[in-house]
Amino acid sequence: MSSRDVDVTLGAAGVGGLSTTEMVLNIGPQHPATHGVLRLRITADGERITAAEPVIGYMHRGAEKLFEVRDYRQIMVLANRHDWLSAFNNEVGVALTVEHLLEMEVPERATWARTLLCELGRVLNHLMFLGSYPHELGAITPMFYSFREREEIQAVMEEYSGGRMHFMATRVGGLLHDLPEGWLDRVDAAVSTVRSRLPDLTGLVLGNEILQGRTRGIGVLDLDTVLAYGVSGPIARASGLDVDLRRDEPYLAYGELFGEDGPGRVVTREAGDCYARLDVLVEQIQVSLDLVEACTARLRDLGPGPISSRLPKKLKVPAGEHYCASENPLGLNGYYLVSRGDTVPHRLKLRSASFNNVQVLREMLPGTVVADMVAILGSMFFVVGDIDK
Amino acid sequence: MQVVLNWGRRYSLWVFNFGLACCAIEFISASMARHDFIRLGVIPFAPGPRQSDLMVVSGTVTDKMAPAIRRLYDQMPEPKYVISFGACSNSGGPYWDSYCVTKGVDQLIPVDVYVPGCPPRPEALLHGIVTLQEQIAAETPGQARSRSGSRYADRPVTAGEVTRDLVAPPAQD
Repeated sequence: MSSRDVDVTLGAAGVGGLSTTEMVLNIGPQHPATHGVLRLRITADGERITAAEPVIGYMHRGAEKLFEVRDYRQIMVLANRHDWLSAFNNEVGVALTVEHLLEMEVPERATWARTLLCELGRVLNHLMFLGSYPHELGAITPMFYSFREREEIQAVMEEYSGGRMHFMATRVGGLLHDLPEGWLDRVDAAVSTVRSRLPDLTGLVLGNEILQGRTRGIGVLDLDTVLAYGVSGPIARASGLDVDLRRDEPYLAYGELFGEDGPGRVVTREAGDCYARLDVLVEQIQVSLDLVEACTARLRDLGPGPISSRLPKKLKVPAGEHYCASENPLGLNGYYLVSRGDTVPHRLKLRSASFNNVQVLREMLPGTVVADMVAILGSMFFVVGDIDK
Repeated sequence: MQVVLNWGRRYSLWVFNFGLACCAIEFISASMARHDFIRLGVIPFAPGPRQSDLMVVSGTVTDKMAPAIRRLYDQMPEPKYVISFGACSNSGGPYWDSYCVTKGVDQLIPVDVYVPGCPPRPEALLHGIVTLQEQIAAETPGQARSRSGSRYADRPVTAGEVTRDLVAPPAQD
């Protein structure tokens, strides 16, 4: 506990010469606005926040340590659970890292199918925040709209993988099984349904005067702080950082999708406030839906083919180390794998997006009023499992 | 009289969602329009534990979180019910061998209904709620339910008792 918490500063002259004391306020760990169990210790002078400290670790499940006793096939189970809103992207990240170290070729069909599922996962993730963020600001209705769209996409994901949240569809060297017959048409139908209804939701959220009033110019994150704290993903892009690994360091099939006349484009904003962050999410949904359609078209052209490669009974990864980063819905996710030629990794370090994104709160919150705290906290779009791992 | 009391209790369960991890998202799905557990009389708008009848623990319970769960459970007024939602809060689930995960929330608080799955489907939660309502219909008001609990489950404890000390680092050779 820092000394600031213990001795409250007495005698600081307030309005009209009244002496005021600072108050230490605990937000969480169980608080509806923290969607999860993030705890914030806030020091407030009246309505003004003077210091804020995120207290993390309530969701620490020791995933990195458990990786060391799971073989490479089992790792996927834990890997897709640490950030439960981008489950499929996490699986693919681990699979890519292992494949790079094995120098394994993945069938083209599997690569395109993975890209398709990744983008569907991104839409699911962004829709969640598009519903929960207004909910934290007091608007309950958008949640119902966003979950209607989520159920639509979850249905097609479930038709392929059998899971609603943790898809477990990735295998080292490919995917679990071939795409079911007629599934690509189902995906296209779901995408066009979501696309046709999305204006309802975005109009309800972005067009809302109250929401604009509570988010415009609030919680401005400048580019220097973004760079200093390693903030990434939609939050960094809302502050004008034009970085997206899908374009800058392409993996899967993104090289082609983000190429010259591909449908992919990087969404950025300059304002850096809560509204800009939300705006980036909304536009990224559109981009992801475009990418999904490009993927289904491509998969139709490719025709039938292998979807996974044969693995030996005991999957041993040659000794060595490899770092692989992927653009997860919430930001840059890195996997650092150290192998000693065993069936289990010696070390698999996760560089998770939310961890860095949340640390920046201690810079953003001081100077703001308590009433804006929830608006800023919610706009950081984090998943607690991704912070604590 | 008993019938009326039980009838009232089973269809007006104000729920306090202890949303911890992935399962919390499925809990929200269950409360949304497609699955809609409000039609079963489960109302997810309890302002806090003191105004709720049912606690749904959805997600991984860690040793660091354990005291908070016990404290919030103690704040709930009787009669109170607990649904453990998902593999993690049932038994630790995929984190069964983790050094920092509580292997089952039933070590901390008595659980009435366990819903299996990782995460369970919203339909599974609906079934869990219906099962709980059947249990409530069968109980005798004023008499404590027979709670099969381990260490802390069936007796009043303070949050401090379920706080675990720091683990000492292994000795260096």
